[in-house]
Order: sequence, then C-alpha cells, then structure tokens
Amino acid sequence: MAGILVLAEHRQGHIRDITYEMLTKGREIAEKLNTEQIAVILGKDVKEKVKTLSEYAEKVLVVEDEKLENFNSDAYQKVLMNLLREEKPILTMIGHTSYGVELAPRLAASLNIPLATDCIDIFFEGENLTVIRQMYGGKVNVKATLRKGNGYMVTVRPAAFTAKRPSQPINGKIIEKESPLTEEITTKRFIKYILPEAGGVDITAAEKIVSIGRGVKDQANIPMIEEFASLLGAALACTRPVVDKGWLPAERQVGSSGKIVKPKLYIALGISGAFQHIVGMKNSDLIIAINKDPNAPIFNYSDYGVVDDLFKVVPALKKKIIELKGQKPA
Amino acid sequence: MDIIVCVKHVPLTSDAEIIIEANGKKIEKTGLVFDINEWDDYAVEEAVRIKERLGGTVTVITVGDEDADNTLRKCLARGADKAIRLTDPKFEGSDGYAIAKILYSVIKNLRYDLILTGFQAGDDGYSMVGPILAEMLGIPHATLVKKIELGAGTAKVNRELEGGLEEVIEVRLPALFAVQTGINVPRYVSRMGIRKALQKEIKVMNLAEIGLKEDEVGEAGSWLKIEKLYVPPLEKQVKFLKGSPDEVAAQIVDLLKSKGVL
Repeated sequence: MAGILVLAEHRQGHIRDITYEMLTKGREIAEKLNTEQIAVILGKDVKEKVKTLSEYAEKVLVVEDEKLENFNSDAYQKVLMNLLREEKPILTMIGHTSYGVELAPRLAASLNIPLATDCIDIFFEGENLTVIRQMYGGKVNVKATLRKGNGYMVTVRPAAFTAKRPSQPINGKIIEKESPLTEEITTKRFIKYILPEAGGVDITAAEKIVSIGRGVKDQANIPMIEEFASLLGAALACTRPVVDKGWLPAERQVGSSGKIVKPKLYIALGISGAFQHIVGMKNSDLIIAINKDPNAPIFNYSDYGVVDDLFKVVPALKKKIIELKGQKPA
Repeated sequence: MDIIVCVKHVPLTSDAEIIIEANGKKIEKTGLVFDINEWDDYAVEEAVRIKERLGGTVTVITVGDEDADNTLRKCLARGADKAIRLTDPKFEGSDGYAIAKILYSVIKNLRYDLILTGFQAGDDGYSMVGPILAEMLGIPHATLVKKIELGAGTAKVNRELEGGLEEVIEVRLPALFAVQTGINVPRYVSRMGIRKALQKEIKVMNLAEIGLKEDEVGEAGSWLKIEKLYVPPLEKQVKFLKGSPDEVAAQIVDLLKSKGVL
C-alpha cells in the first residue's frame, strides 16, 4: 500500500477550497512517508480544471461520465471502490463536507477501510495513523489511532488546514480513467439546487456585527439585543440554533451552512462556538465574546472575553454607549 | 409506513463545565444532565409526523445503559409506539462503526419502510452511524436532510449543502435519512406524557441476544481507539475583561473607541 489519495470536491464548475486544503496537508504527509500524492476528480467536463490539482500531486486521476455531472454519493462510491482497489492508497482523504459525509462512511464500510471523520489533524507514527478530532461541541480534543485495515480513510474538517500552493509545482501526470458506470444510478437521483433566498439584510457587507447564540434563551430577549446592535451601528447575526428555533431568518446565520463574515468588529453574545460557527467568523478583525461558561470554545478564538451573564453586561454597555453619544457635540 | 428511529442518550455539554477523567480517556459524567441527542429529537418528531399523516408505527432504538430509558420514554411520550434498548458492558468503547454493527444486528430482523437517525451526535460527532447502517442493510441513504416528501416508492429530500444552498434529490425507498436540525419544530413533551409512557414496555437485548461476538463490538470492534482527551489549545490569546458589568462595559467601550469602531 502506498500513496496519499485526495478526492477533489467541486460544485457548479468550481473546485472547492477543501480540495486544496487537503492537497496541502496530503503533500506534507506524502513527503514524510516518501510516497506519492494522487488527486482524484470525478465529473463531467472537468478536464480543464485538473491543471491546478497536478501542481500538488504526482498523479491526477480523472473519471469523466455524464452520470457524474452532479454529485451523487452512490455513483461516486461505485467509481471510487474501483479506483481504491486499484491504487491501494495508504490514506484516502475526503472533505468533511455535505458531500464527504454522504460518501465516506459508506465507502469505507464497503471496502473495510477504517475511517476517522471530521479530523483537524492527521499524522503517521510509523505505519499507524493518528488523528486529532473534537468531541462535545469543540470543548474537548481527542487523539485517536485507527485500527489496521485496507489502508486508512479520513474526512477532513474544512479550514482545519491552510491551503498553500507548492512553491515548486509537481505538475504530475494527468491520467484519464474509464468510468465503470454502465447503467443509470437508480437508488439516488439529483434533481436540482435550491439557492438561498435573497434577504433584506446582507450581513457579509456589515462592518460591525452583534451575533447571538443559544444563550439569548428566548425570542422575547431579541429586541433588547437589536437595540444594542443599532446603538453600535451593527448588523444583528446569529448561530444555527437561533435560526432552527425560528427566532431569526436564515439570512442572519453565520457559519458553514450560512454566511462567512469578516467584519471589523464581531461581538458574540451567548455563543458557545461550535466549529460550524467559528469558520464563519474567525477572520473578523476584533472578536469580543460574552458568555457565562468560562470553557466555551468561542473564547479560544476571541481577542477579548467576558465571563458573565449577557443580560447584565449588554444593558450596562447600552447605558455607557448612550452616555457617550449624549456627550458628543451635535 | 413503519419507521425505525435510532436515538442516543447524550450529556448536554453546551453550558456545562467538562472535566476530563484522570486516565485521559473519558469525561467525568457525574453532574452532567443527559437527554436525547438534539439531532435525534428532530428525527423522532419527523417520524411521528409521518405516522400521524400516513399511519403505521414508529419504533425507537438505542444503544445505551439503563439511564437511556429516559430518552426512550421521551420518544414514547412524543408518539413512538415501541422502544428497544441494546445494552451490554461489552458495548463500552464502541465507535460509530461498532454502533452501526450493533444496530444492524437487530434492525435487519425488523420490518421497516423508513429509517431515520440524527445527522450527528452532540457528544462524539462521528456522523457515520446512519450511512454505515444503510450500507449494511443495503438500502439507499441521505444525510443532512432538511425536508422529506414521500411519494410512491421514492422520497424527495432536501439536503443542506454549504452557504445556504440546498439540493433536492430523489431516493428510492426503503431508505435511511440522517436529519439535520431545523427540519421541523419538535413538539413539547409534557411530564404527564412521559409519566404515561412509563407504562409502555422497553424491550432490552444484550450482546448474546443480538447475536454478535465480543470482538465485533466495543473498542475491539471499532475503527477508532481513543488514546487521549485534552483541552483544545487556544487559537488566539484571549484577554479576559474582569469586573462588575458596569466596569466591564466601560472597558469594552474604551476598547471600541481605541480601535476606532465606536
């Protein structure tokens, strides 16, 4: 068994960032193990896109088929079962994304390849693969080892690694592989995409954001925080649970399934800091978190933290800002 | 329509302090409040709504110790008809793969048209039990499901992709769907409802009764072996502002002024 195999992820004609994040990490592992990196891309009319992949890999395997036009985990599984049996990579990397979570567990089980999901670090200790992943909503990191099997498989958390173009491109060989899909996939069929509704507020354009999480406790508490946001001249945003509860519309959601924001100021109120939220806001210039729980993961990503009840601190802040504005000359 | 829902009894940790045990392999469970896994709560609600519309039964199944009966009772109170708990000291240390094998050994003998699970568990977050179980049963699956529309022999489901995008796919039935939060608004379960559910029987089965061998479950039957738990390192050096709410507010206002954002 040899080679680090990375499955390229693409949608609507674009190769997604996770692909380059994995190829960067995979390159590092391949060099340490003195083995090659193999990039794999499945799709329809994807040939023009493979040039950049070849910069990171000794080999790029391309499987083109009309049936691979849109992502279909059952079609992908059939193709990849063939490829993995042929290539026998020591490690297969797939994104821990909406596509990867649909595909990887089933693919791993079908080939008896031990799988670790949602990894934030991956390294070999001798021939054994060790991974770091998280538990309890990001409050605990876990170091785990995988059982020996027919190679290893991991799904990689988006943004866990930073993509870096190789200073000296590998320009590996591009190899077209015949699609093994002889008949239509009937178990699962792509119908269409539904685009997010265009809302009234674009939080990605806001310079300042006040964002609320579960800690806001009740919809009735939101107007008080809205007033605070408007005093600051900030847009109001939120985490996924606030949208799930129907307290704010989906257009206000920050995170991997919502918007990625990068304001000058991000104030996180009652937000614990699940990674799906963190990836949406961690590049904000100044992050201030207010949370009762001193162990909330949000503090690991904040510049300033306040461990206290937001319902005490926010009213005090509002008072101070009103005082300040009162002093300003008209 | 006969529906099976796989659920998990998990500690609620979002507001709780977590203490890692001295051996570094587990967290301290005493003092933590346990409840149904958040994603599974949506799955059970979805199953009950389908049953109310189309008739049939809802069976909830879990792998867990006696304490997990509380989660099963909550599901029964919400409208599930039957509950099964798979329990054995040998199950300890099972990862998502081993849990899928345990569930498979029982579900393969049950009648079902649909299987629902939560997309992930709030404790270990593997997101793998559903799809692996579907692979073992040889039925199609979909994860991150935000909407289910049942038709004749197929279902149209909406899957949540990134950035607010969704895809609609058609899946052949019987199938397994791993649901995402927000697919519905789970109904309130009254204490009275849970008390009533105390009368319903929970079927309990152990390792021998489900017909698996010792080395197929627990750490021996898992892909993943936990070596060590630790507190995540800081990405940024956070500076904590201390004092009364008024004092903290004054510090924040000064900070915002100095950074030019106020």
